[in-house]
Amino acid sequence: MKTFTFERAATPDQAVDAFTAHERARYLGGGTNLVDLMKLGVESPEHLIDVSGLPLDEVERTPEGGWRVGAAVRNSDLAAHPGVRHDHPVLSQALLAGASGQLRNVATTGGNLLQRTRCPYFQDTSTPCNKREPGTGCSARGGAHRDMAVLGHSPHCVATHPSDMAVALAALDAQVEVLGPEGRRTVPAADFHRLPGDTPQQDTVLRPGELVLAVSVPPPHEGARSAYRKARDRASYAFALASVAAVLAVREGTVTHAALAFGGLAHRPWRARAAEEVLVGSAANAHTFARAADAELGAARPLGDNEFKVPLARSLAVNLLTTLADRSEQGA
Amino acid sequence: MAVHDTPDNSRTTDTGSAMSADSVAGTSSTGAAESATTGNATGKSATTGNTTRKSTTTGSTVMASTTGSDSGADGSLGAPVSRREGAAKTAGEARYAAEYTPEGCVYAWPVPATVPRGRVTSMDASDALALPGALAVLTHENAPRLTEPDDGILYVLQNDRVPHRGWYVALAVAETQETARAVAEAVRISYEEEPHDVRLMTDHPEMYHPEKANGGVPGDRERGDFDREFAAAPHRVDATYTLTPLHNHPMEPHAATAFWRDGHLTAYDSSQGATTVREALATLFAMGEEQITVVSEHVGGGFGSKGTPRPQVVLAAMAARHVERPVKLVLPRRELPAVVGHRAPTIQRMRLGARADGVLTAVGHDVVTYTSTVKEFVEQAASPSRVMYGSDASRTGHRVVALDVPTPSWMRAPGEAPGMYALESAMDELAVELDLDPVELRLRNDTQTEPDTGRPFSSRHLADCLREGARRFGWYERDPRPRMRREGDLLTGTGVASSAYPVLVAPSTASVEALSDGTFHVRVNATDIGTGARTVLAQVAADTLGAPLASVRIDIGDSDLPRAPLAGGSSGTASWGWAVHKACSELLASGGTKATADTTEDVQGQQDYARHAFGAHFAEVQADTVTGEVRVSRLLSVFAAGRILNARTARSQFIGGMVMGLGMALTEHSVIDPATGGFVERDLASYHVPACADVPDIDAHWIEEDDPHLNPVGGKGIGEIGIVGTAAAIANALYHATGVRHRDLPLTPDRVGVLS
Amino acid sequence: MDDHHTRPATSSTVTLHVNGTPHTQTTDHRTTVLDLLREHLGLTGTKKGCDHGQCGACTVLVEGRRANSCLLFAVAHDGAHVTTVEGLGEGERRHPLQDAFVERDAFQCGYCTPGQLCSAVGVLAEAAAGHPSHVTPPPGAGEPRPEGAPVPLTRAEIRERMSGNICRCGAYPHIVEAIEEMGDVAGGMDGGARNTDGARGVPGNPSGVPEEATR
Repeated sequence: MKTFTFERAATPDQAVDAFTAHERARYLGGGTNLVDLMKLGVESPEHLIDVSGLPLDEVERTPEGGWRVGAAVRNSDLAAHPGVRHDHPVLSQALLAGASGQLRNVATTGGNLLQRTRCPYFQDTSTPCNKREPGTGCSARGGAHRDMAVLGHSPHCVATHPSDMAVALAALDAQVEVLGPEGRRTVPAADFHRLPGDTPQQDTVLRPGELVLAVSVPPPHEGARSAYRKARDRASYAFALASVAAVLAVREGTVTHAALAFGGLAHRPWRARAAEEVLVGSAANAHTFARAADAELGAARPLGDNEFKVPLARSLAVNLLTTLADRSEQGA
Repeated sequence: MAVHDTPDNSRTTDTGSAMSADSVAGTSSTGAAESATTGNATGKSATTGNTTRKSTTTGSTVMASTTGSDSGADGSLGAPVSRREGAAKTAGEARYAAEYTPEGCVYAWPVPATVPRGRVTSMDASDALALPGALAVLTHENAPRLTEPDDGILYVLQNDRVPHRGWYVALAVAETQETARAVAEAVRISYEEEPHDVRLMTDHPEMYHPEKANGGVPGDRERGDFDREFAAAPHRVDATYTLTPLHNHPMEPHAATAFWRDGHLTAYDSSQGATTVREALATLFAMGEEQITVVSEHVGGGFGSKGTPRPQVVLAAMAARHVERPVKLVLPRRELPAVVGHRAPTIQRMRLGARADGVLTAVGHDVVTYTSTVKEFVEQAASPSRVMYGSDASRTGHRVVALDVPTPSWMRAPGEAPGMYALESAMDELAVELDLDPVELRLRNDTQTEPDTGRPFSSRHLADCLREGARRFGWYERDPRPRMRREGDLLTGTGVASSAYPVLVAPSTASVEALSDGTFHVRVNATDIGTGARTVLAQVAADTLGAPLASVRIDIGDSDLPRAPLAGGSSGTASWGWAVHKACSELLASGGTKATADTTEDVQGQQDYARHAFGAHFAEVQADTVTGEVRVSRLLSVFAAGRILNARTARSQFIGGMVMGLGMALTEHSVIDPATGGFVERDLASYHVPACADVPDIDAHWIEEDDPHLNPVGGKGIGEIGIVGTAAAIANALYHATGVRHRDLPLTPDRVGVLS
Repeated sequence: MDDHHTRPATSSTVTLHVNGTPHTQTTDHRTTVLDLLREHLGLTGTKKGCDHGQCGACTVLVEGRRANSCLLFAVAHDGAHVTTVEGLGEGERRHPLQDAFVERDAFQCGYCTPGQLCSAVGVLAEAAAGHPSHVTPPPGAGEPRPEGAPVPLTRAEIRERMSGNICRCGAYPHIVEAIEEMGDVAGGMDGGARNTDGARGVPGNPSGVPEEATR
């Protein structure tokens, strides 16, 4: 790890100014991924701007009746927030399905969104990786790729995004508020992360110097139920092999609202629009749910050793939608 | 309970010279350590031989497991005495190898090779050494010269060869740990890369039959006409089982702190045996052993990876000599898989032939594995098939190929753990084929003589373990048909497997002194890697002396103490305990104030028996039909391992082995990337050691055996048997749950698949 | 240590309150709280198992909340209150969990133990504060516990909550028993930290949330 200079920002504007004033600057939130990557030599900032103490640590009601989650809110606090748990169980469940208790105590909302892939080749500076070092090649595609993407990958990168929380946010139509040198803007959570294309080094649509301020989640849909389910190699403390976040409302046997997103399948949380199209207006039954999953996963292009992810994601989606449909109908 | 068993630093009681490597049970190229640790009774072994004596009747009693919380006021052998270092460990006061910081201590950081094979062509440390605080970069060009040891993995920074990815090619030394890492990263290295081969394939053209496998066991064994018997058998199983490489990953990474003072080398090393490390250092640095002190007072687990000396202590000593300062070196977690050994992958073909009544007529066990180009290590996975069941004919053997891979080595129950997985999985398949209860099948093939050698077992209570386990587990309540228990999305099944582990023992020395205040001081260079050795040996001494436990002070974990073999092969307590028992007995007999004992002749003079501990595992698993996730819901085992010397620490050892077996079955996976030549899962996020949520309540019980053919303390060794067979019981339970047989571990969702 | 101060500072003066005692020193920005404790303050009770937040051996309490100290740059925690295994007890009096670990033989090699203990103390506080886990049943649907009320530490809860602390010796069943024994007094635990000023601890829950949740 190379030496670096350090400052603590008092306001978001100050943080952005500091970023602009330094070469190779990075924002430091909880640090649970950045410090890790600096030790690996994957990240080597020359200047760190500590944004963990910014006044962005509140979960507040929005005028519309949703929740605005400050970027510095810790994952464990967000997961435990009674209002969030009440309105959006999927978000709390996704957070609690990730990492460990002590990591969640430190990791921030903004940092969770910005965490980088756990692709082993990305983490190993001695192997080629287009995401880490553009133009060097992708070691994973022809290498160990059981954990890699089945949707939306490119010849340049087959990495997956590791966040659970981001999958829930994608399904919740959340909005990400950012502040940059050119001012404030808002990006839909489902569009916040990118597909790799030929620029896999860019994980998100953030422009240089942009800082995540908050994530806003709209109020829940009438009668909707939401949940998160994740499959993993061990019972806890493991990244998703595949996961699904779902929001579903059913009235008189018909799906009136559906939002579905997959984790562990792609370079970004995979909002399943094709599946949603099948769902809304259809009879809420296993047949519909299977059709919906197939509509989305038909586009999957497994690499060989990760073929299992397609039936796994399908099964997770059908199972979760079935559960939610039952609850929605019962008003439970 | 007294806590501090701090070894004093005097060097007056070392009785070392009586033991040589040759005197240890078993033979091997790496000397005492390896043979003592993994020698199998079928090997050329001082503890075993060939006789046809009938088995002596030995007693057995089923012991109710003690879950009591008494603090061990009763210090007699078998009592559940609390660990002597327990208060220190829970207060953060127990110090491990990297927790000594001698005055002036500086830090080292290693540089691993980034090519899979080749040689270093240039090494440019100019930028690295320009960093403020940089002290040195050791390379093969400037590092102190070493005498070439038998174990090639210790011959570091001596030449330009890169035998595998991750091999250390340089070592940075700096004033601080942060700087040392930066210095290491700034070294520019050029390599001449050579074609490499890391793929294990059964038809590899360079595959060969090793003469010996680990522990000195014969590579190939044949008894009767296997081909004829197998072909003639009315019921046959022919199946192949695979295991990926597995990693020890003790929680304490390998670390050493070393300094030189007036020609004397002192090293705090994370090792399973300081005497062994001292021997290695003496060879490498061409010094007398009396010029070296190795301290391993507290060791954060080893599981075999610290059984042989590892590069950290050599590198730290070299660096300390080079910069003339104390040097601390902690190997980064990600680099451990390449340099501290691992369980080699195995491809095991099992062929079982049986009569309609289940009696085995043919047992075939063919193991394919790899070793490295640095040294030959052959995982002796065929061993269990030479021990477990009688048969008319048997062929068991190993084939190995030397690849450009990190050198495999011991990982908890080398040979037995993977081999028993294959054998006991095949037995389950045979039970299905025969439509016979799997417990019954094993009972029908029980034997009182070791099949491979014809020697009688000193004691064998496998059948008792199976029966007692079945009773406690409620085995017979199950519907033997697979896929019959479904609750919601979960399929539940149960499985059984046998277990065994050879009884190993090595010569040791120990001393005891009666002090004027009525207390006793026991000294032996045993190592407590978490086994409770310190506590159990004090119990042995108190028991032998007829003295209160509190009156016994014991020092271990320092090579200046009477020399002793390493903690490995489940042999530590037997080996050290024998010497402690002998010293205490001699003290009593002599009426003097001091006694020193050496068990070399006792160990060599043992009668010829096949000595093994046995056990039986019962597992219940739940398979999620939605995801293919498999979790263990119950695990119960019964062991027959001689006399259990401390019920509390013994239970922890059994359970610990079972948990590692659970990981082997369900979560632990590693693969070498053919392109990069390196392990892919190198950290604890990707290599899945079981987490707390993976582990249910576990029941470990035992049958108290009174085996007169063991050693004076009567124990068979318990550190490894817990892992042996556990994975098979779990995999067999998964078959019972789902009706689908999986033969490749671990049983992760990608392999099990969606089940609904 | 740093003799290159002509360039912008790569080290800073950092104060850490460890087990109630302030420690102030010039600290390389690259130094983690873990390395500061172990290599500079001589508090080696906190262990380095993986140095990447993947094993939990380095778990300490920061402002009463458990955290992986290997992932915390010390410079970013200037002024923080840290409790390590050495400070779990009150003076000479050991924390009851330390004794429970010995009594239950909840460790073997002992290397993960300080992290397990700090983590467990954090778990007790988190559960007492009503923080849910992955296995906590949601309120409603037969679950009487109102949102925010203390979560009973069943074995399933303990296992899930302690899964950030890897134990290669496999002592989990005994660790769970030891913590379960403490569960009864969880409400009285304060996280074990003797933080006073500036201590945040486990935040309580905002009020005004309906008791019976519907999902």
